Amino acid sequence: MVTNEKTPRTGRTRLAVAGARAGSVSVFGKSSPGERAGSVLFPAVLLLALTLALTGLASLLVWSFVKGYPRLDANLIFNAPSTLFPATAGFRPAILGTLYIIAGVIVLIVPLGVGAAIYLEEYANRERWYNRLIELNIQNLAGVPSIVFGILGLAFIVRGPLDLGFIAASASITLALLVLPTVILAAREAIRAVPPSIREGSLALGATQWQTLSRQVLPASTPGILTGVILAISRAIGEAAPLLMIGAVTFVMFDPSFFSGGYTALPVQIYNYAVRPQEEFRNLAAAGIIVMLAVLLLMNSFAVWLRNRYEQRW
Amino acid sequence: MPTSTTDAPGAGASQRRPLGASSPRYGERIIKAFLALCAGLSVVVTIAIVISLVAPTIGFFQKVPITEFLFGTKWSPGFGEQSSYGVLPTVVATLDIVAVSLLVAVPIGLLSAFYLSEYAHPRVRRVVKPMLEVLGGIPTVAIGLFALMFLRPLAAKLLPFLGWDSIFSFGVAGVAVGLMVVPLVSSVSEDAMRSVPRGLREGAYALGASKMRVSVRVVFPAAISGIVAAIVLATSRAIGETMVVLIAAGATSQIVPPWDVTEPVQTMTAFIGSTATGDIATGTITYNTIFAVGTLLFVMTLSMNMLAMHLVRRFREVYE
Repeated sequence: MVTNEKTPRTGRTRLAVAGARAGSVSVFGKSSPGERAGSVLFPAVLLLALTLALTGLASLLVWSFVKGYPRLDANLIFNAPSTLFPATAGFRPAILGTLYIIAGVIVLIVPLGVGAAIYLEEYANRERWYNRLIELNIQNLAGVPSIVFGILGLAFIVRGPLDLGFIAASASITLALLVLPTVILAAREAIRAVPPSIREGSLALGATQWQTLSRQVLPASTPGILTGVILAISRAIGEAAPLLMIGAVTFVMFDPSFFSGGYTALPVQIYNYAVRPQEEFRNLAAAGIIVMLAVLLLMNSFAVWLRNRYEQRW
Repeated sequence: MPTSTTDAPGAGASQRRPLGASSPRYGERIIKAFLALCAGLSVVVTIAIVISLVAPTIGFFQKVPITEFLFGTKWSPGFGEQSSYGVLPTVVATLDIVAVSLLVAVPIGLLSAFYLSEYAHPRVRRVVKPMLEVLGGIPTVAIGLFALMFLRPLAAKLLPFLGWDSIFSFGVAGVAVGLMVVPLVSSVSEDAMRSVPRGLREGAYALGASKMRVSVRVVFPAAISGIVAAIVLATSRAIGETMVVLIAAGATSQIVPPWDVTEPVQTMTAFIGSTATGDIATGTITYNTIFAVGTLLFVMTLSMNMLAMHLVRRFREVYE
């Protein structure tokens, strides 16, 4: 039976062996008091772990609120930042900068992300090596650290081939590339969820492929796509590391513009306040975090609501 | 082909078009080409990343021998003649952060996944999963400041005997990074556990196994490749995390063993993030150093992601 050792143990047989072993051990092994205690303790330990994770979340929220609450006023939103007067300093240019950057991100990711998703789901022939390469590549890009996108932004967009300089538009492009995989993956899920019969019905009535897509498939998958776009935007709002590299650190006192001049963004300004040693500036940073978290939670709840409200069951 | 009813130029190639199609639809083709361009953009992005990393890195290695970079133990770039470019301290610092964060994230994430997949009532699941997703979506600046202002004093209070000399410590930063990647670990490993077929569980139950036994002896081994993938992904995320370590781990370049949790360190990402701010002249050695470290970071995370994808594909193939 030496040759038997060589037969490939596929996942299925491995599972079968595992199941059979567990089963026989549970029947023929003796059930000690320790084990009986274990079956009570085990779920308790699991629940404890989950509670720990949620406690971390809760304490972060409570902490930022407690620290930032005293500075939660109109100055926070409407005043320019200051290195001297933490009591009245605010985030005005940073909030405007984030709005500009995110507007640019939306303009870029919606057509590019949805276009790529449509191509991969509806047109691409999976037998072709280049289509498989694109898929693999998108999955890989989703895991590239954000700071590497900062390097890309610095070397390729701010300088190098595009040479746009340290402006908000460069930040938009960099962040758009960073969150594009998120949009593509979500949009693909949404498009895939539309049943083939819808397409076949449309094609049978004489519609072309693009007519089928634009009038049947895309409208049906819009809620899913929108959810993905919102999640991508909320990631782009919170991202600071790549912006540090492409020039968003300058302490901007004036209202920024999209195509020229210095700019900053909300998370970068928060970082700027956070690294100052004075307690007041750190509390100011905590207040900025409340603003950012409020926006993000609002957007995420909207995405969840959208998903539940328009989720179509075919 | 015995007959061809189409006579328009270039129309016969497509097999999808019905035989009676009259005219080639150029609009359709243009749209397809545009969509393909959108998809192809991702490949362009990857190539752009590689190009923007490689050129300055080559420039760096023309000045600094690669052996000094990889095996040197002193990292002090940007000091003119006194500079030394041994990347080991930043790599060790990164691994310190990874070790602490995995110590937090793996047990918490994995046990939470067990609970959500095997024990939780569907209604509990529906509430808890979005909450974990919220935790995963919190901006890293917020987590960094939370680590510096809340976790650090808390740690000093709970463990006063450790000697907290600096307000920065990689232990605190690592715990914060760990908290950040808990949702990643739990969601990926929960997916793996839920894709274990019911029949396996039921078979074990039928033989009299307890719920705990089914979880530990049946579901866990069956989902192991997905769980390993979750851990690898978490490692990759912890390696690439920037803002938390920049805020809470300090900027002291030194080699520290992972048990000296109170020491400040500078990771690879923190070096890039703190050096690349402001206007550094292109082509200087400092500028090129950023890219050399970036290349190392990119290679490390890319290989981890590839490994994770391979593992995930394996468990998908087994059950689907």
